[in-house]
Amino acid sequence: MNIGIGGAPIREGAAAGALTMNLPRKKKSSAIGDIVFFNVSRAFAALVLIMLGGIIVSLLYGAWPSIERFGIAFLFRSEWNPPAERFGALVPIYGTLVSSIIALLIAVPVSFGIALFLTELSPTWLRRPLGIAIELLAGIPSIVYGMWGLLVFAPLVSEYLQPFLTGTLGQVPGVGALFRGPPIGIGLLSAGIILAIMVIPFIASVMRDVFEVTPRMLKESAYGLGATTWEVVRRIVLPYTKVGAIGGIILGLGRALGETMAVTFVIGNNNVLNTISLFAPGNSITSALANEFAEAGQGMYSAALVELGLILFLITFVVLALSKILLMRLGRHEGAQT
Amino acid sequence: MKARKPETGTRMNLRSKRRLVNRFALGLSLAAMSFGLFWLCWILYTVLHLGLSGLSLDLFTKMTPAPGSPGGLANAIVGSSIMVGLATLLGTPIGILAGVYLSEYGQRSLLGFATRFINDILLSAPSIVIGLFIYAAYVAQVGKFSAMAGVFALALIVIPVVVRTTENMLLLIPNSLREAAFALGAPKWIVIMRVTIRSAKAGIVTGVLLAVARISGETAPLLFTALSNQFWSLDLDEPMANLPVTIFKFAMSPFSDWQELAWAGVFLITVGVLALNIAARVFFREQAKS
Amino acid sequence: MNMLRSTKRSVGLLALATLAFGGQALAANELTGAGASFPAPVYAKWAEAYQKAASVKMNYQSIGSGGGIKQIIAKTVDFGASDMPLKPADLDKDGLFQFPTVIGGVVPVVNVQGIKPGDLRLSGALLADIYLGKVAKWNDKAIADLNPTLALPNQDIAVVRRADGSGTTFIFTNYLSKVSAEWKQKVGEGTAVQWPVGLGGKGNEGVAAFVQRIPAAIGYVEYAYAKQNKLSYALMRNADGQFVGPNDTSFKAAAAGAEWAKSAFAEILTNQPGKDSWPITGATFILIHKVQAKPEQGVEVMKFFDWAYANGDKMAVDLVYVPLPDSLVKLIKSAWAANIKDAAGKALWGSR
Repeated sequence: MNIGIGGAPIREGAAAGALTMNLPRKKKSSAIGDIVFFNVSRAFAALVLIMLGGIIVSLLYGAWPSIERFGIAFLFRSEWNPPAERFGALVPIYGTLVSSIIALLIAVPVSFGIALFLTELSPTWLRRPLGIAIELLAGIPSIVYGMWGLLVFAPLVSEYLQPFLTGTLGQVPGVGALFRGPPIGIGLLSAGIILAIMVIPFIASVMRDVFEVTPRMLKESAYGLGATTWEVVRRIVLPYTKVGAIGGIILGLGRALGETMAVTFVIGNNNVLNTISLFAPGNSITSALANEFAEAGQGMYSAALVELGLILFLITFVVLALSKILLMRLGRHEGAQT
Repeated sequence: MKARKPETGTRMNLRSKRRLVNRFALGLSLAAMSFGLFWLCWILYTVLHLGLSGLSLDLFTKMTPAPGSPGGLANAIVGSSIMVGLATLLGTPIGILAGVYLSEYGQRSLLGFATRFINDILLSAPSIVIGLFIYAAYVAQVGKFSAMAGVFALALIVIPVVVRTTENMLLLIPNSLREAAFALGAPKWIVIMRVTIRSAKAGIVTGVLLAVARISGETAPLLFTALSNQFWSLDLDEPMANLPVTIFKFAMSPFSDWQELAWAGVFLITVGVLALNIAARVFFREQAKS
Repeated sequence: MNMLRSTKRSVGLLALATLAFGGQALAANELTGAGASFPAPVYAKWAEAYQKAASVKMNYQSIGSGGGIKQIIAKTVDFGASDMPLKPADLDKDGLFQFPTVIGGVVPVVNVQGIKPGDLRLSGALLADIYLGKVAKWNDKAIADLNPTLALPNQDIAVVRRADGSGTTFIFTNYLSKVSAEWKQKVGEGTAVQWPVGLGGKGNEGVAAFVQRIPAAIGYVEYAYAKQNKLSYALMRNADGQFVGPNDTSFKAAAAGAEWAKSAFAEILTNQPGKDSWPITGATFILIHKVQAKPEQGVEVMKFFDWAYANGDKMAVDLVYVPLPDSLVKLIKSAWAANIKDAAGKALWGSR
C-alpha cells in the first residue's frame, strides 16, 4: 500500500471507494448505523467470551474429582497408574513443554527467515506461489505428520541425526547430556522437530502478512538513509510489526501445545522421567488425552485426564502473560528512545 | 581545521561489515525458505507416493466399504465438505466481528481484554477438549451423535484463529487511513467496513484459510460429536461420515485395501486444501482489482 | 464485498442448509453402535451385507471399549461394544445386558535376527518377567531354557506395549495377572496400566510398526495384525503345559472350555484349560439395556446379531476372527428372550 505525502493513502481501492461511496446524508441514520454496528460486534465478542469461558467452566467441572483428590501435588508427581487410580501430571507437562520449546526454537527463526524472504528477497512473480506452498504445510492433516513421522522420519532420525548430535553437541560439557542416549528415533526430539514443521506455516504466514503491511514510507525513508535490507527489517519492520509478529508466534505456539495426532505417534508415550536426554521417549498432555480418554471409565481416570487438559490451559495462560509482559517491556523501551 | 580522512579505515570497515551482515542475514533467510520447502516437498512426496495408487473414479462414487469389499470414500468426502463448509460459515462471521470489536472498539474495555485473553488461551486447546465440550453440552443433552454437533465443534476451533488474525491485521492498518476516511465525513461503521477491513482483507483471508486447513484434518473433535457413518447420510441430525475419522480408522487397521483408501483420503484432503487456498486468493485478488 | 451483506448471505445459506438437511425424519431402520475397535472390521462387514439383505443400516464406529460403555449408559447409541466384559454387579447398576459376538487372540511378536514365526517358545511367567523388566536380555537363561535350539543374541530386549487404552491390553494384562503373582501385585490388569518398562505404540498398528523397526523388540498385537504384517509370533505354553501357536483351532479350543451360562457371559478366556488352547484369547461383547426405552430399536439390534450369528461366520473367519460355537449362540438367544423387555415388562424376543 502506498502512502502519499501527508499520510493520506493513494491506493485506488480505499480512497476512491471512500470518495465515491454513498455517504449517508443525515446524521441520525449514521448514528444508528454506528450504534447497531457497535452493539452487534460487541455482542459477538461477548458470545465468543461466553462460549470459550463455558469450555473452561465445563472442564473445571469434569476435573473436579481429580483436583479434589490430588490437589497441587498433581503437578509434581510422575506416577500414572490407572488400575490403582493414582495419577500425576509431571511427565506429560514436561513432555509438552519440552517438545513445544524445541518446536518454537526451530520454527520462529525459520518462519522469520521465510517471511523475510517472501517480503524482501523473492522476485514478485514467485511470491504468491511460494506463499501458498508454505501455507500448504498447514493444510496437511496432522495424522499424516504422525504417520510420516513414525514410518519415514523417525528411522532417519535414529540412523543419522541422533548419532550426529551425540557426536557433536553431545560432547559439549553440561549441555551435552541433552543429546546423549540410545538413538531409537522416537522421543521428545523427534516430536519437537515435527511440531516445528507443523507450526512454521502458521507463524510464517502471519509474519509475512504483517511485514507486508508495514508502511512503505517508513521503509523508503530508511533506505534513503543508506540502510541495508537487513537493517531496515531489523530496525523498522520488526519494531513496527512486533505485536503482530508475536501474535503469530502465539498462534504457532497454540498449535504446538495443542497438537495431538502428530505428537502421539512419535513421542514414545512413556510415562517415566528419569533422564534429561532429549532422545528419551516421553509423553505429552495432548497425547495422553487422545490415547486414553476413549477407554477411561467414568471416575477418577476421566477426571485426571480432564485435569490434564486444564493444566494445558494453565500453561498457555502463563505463556500469554509472559508474552504480554515482554511486549510491554519492548514498548516501553521504544518510547524511551524517541 | 581537521584534515579530512580518506575513505578508508573505520568507515570503510563499517560499511563492508554492514554489507556482510546484510548478505549473511539474507543468505540465512534463503536457507530458511529452502528448509521449509524441503519438508513440504518430502512430505508431499510421501503423500503422493502412497495416495496416488489409491486414486480412482470409485473413490468418489462408492461408499466406505468393509474390509475386502470394493468401495470408495464418497460419503466421507461429502460429509467432510458439508461439515467443514458449515463450520466455516458459522465460525468466520463470528470470529471476524469479534475481531473487529477487539481492534476497533475494545482496546481499552474490560470485555475486550477478557475476550482477547481467553481467545488466546483457547487457541492452544487440544481439539479433543473442544470435542468433549460439545459432547457434554450438546450430544449428551440431545441424546445422539449428529453432524450438527461436529459442525459446532469445528466452528469452535475456527473462531479463535479467525479472531486473532483479524484483530492482528486490523491493528496494523495505520490510523492515518482511518483518519482520512473520518475526515471525509464517514461514520465509524462505514470506516470499519469499507476502509479498514477492506485493507486488511488479505490477512483476514489468510486467517480463515489457516483455520479451514486446520479443521479439514482434525479427527479428535469429530470422534465424540459427529462420530462417523459407514453409510451415506446427509442428515445433519445423524452421525455423518467424514474423511479424518475414516482415514484414522483405516490407516490404523491391518487391511491393505483400507490402508490404501486412507492414503487416498489424505491425498484428497491435502489437494482440497491447496485448491481452496489458490481459489480464495485468486478470488480476492480479483475483487481487489475491481 | 460489503461485509454485512456477505454475513447476511452466509447466515441465510446456513439456515437454508439446516432446513434442507435437518428436515429428514429419523428412519426406524437406522441403528447406531459404538465401542471396541477390535471387532470393528467384522461389524463393518456384517453391516454391509445386512444392509443388502434387510435394508437396515447398522452404523458401528470404534471409539474404544470405555467409550462404548459410556455411550450405552448415556443412551446416545443403540448398543455399546466392549472387549472387557462388565462384572454382573456393574451390569445391574446400569441395567445392562451383555453377550459375546466373536473371539480373537492376542499374540506376542518379536523382531530378533534369525527367529522366524513360530520359532520362539515362551511361557506366561517368562512373558510377565520380560514385561516387568526382570528379564532384560534375549540370551537370559530363562529364555534359553525354553529355547535350547535357538541362537539367542546378547541384546537388550526392547519392550513395546500399547500407549492407548485398549481391550487388547486388557486381555494381555489379565493373562499376565493370572500367570504371575508379581505382575498381579505390581501392575494389575486393565485397558490401561502403569507399564514398568517399554515404549508405547499407538494402536495395534503402532506396536506392529515399532516391533518391525526396532531390533530385538517384543510386543503384543491382535492376531490379525501379526498375520497381515507377517510378524514373527511366539508359541506360548498354555495351562496344560503344551506349546501352542495362534490359529483358529487354538482360539476355538480356548472358548470351548468356558462356562458361559453361569457367569452372565462375563467369561474371560485367558489361560483356559485344554491341550490345544491358546492362552491369550478373548471374546468381545455387546451391551444393551435390559429395559428398552425404544423397543423397535432394541428388536432391530437383536435381529441384526441373530442374522450375523446365522450368516456371518464365513465373513468373520475371512477377517481372522473366530465365530462362536452354535451351543453358545443358542444360550445367547434364550437369554435375550428372558432378559430384554420393554417398559411394560413384555419380552421383546419372545415369539422368535
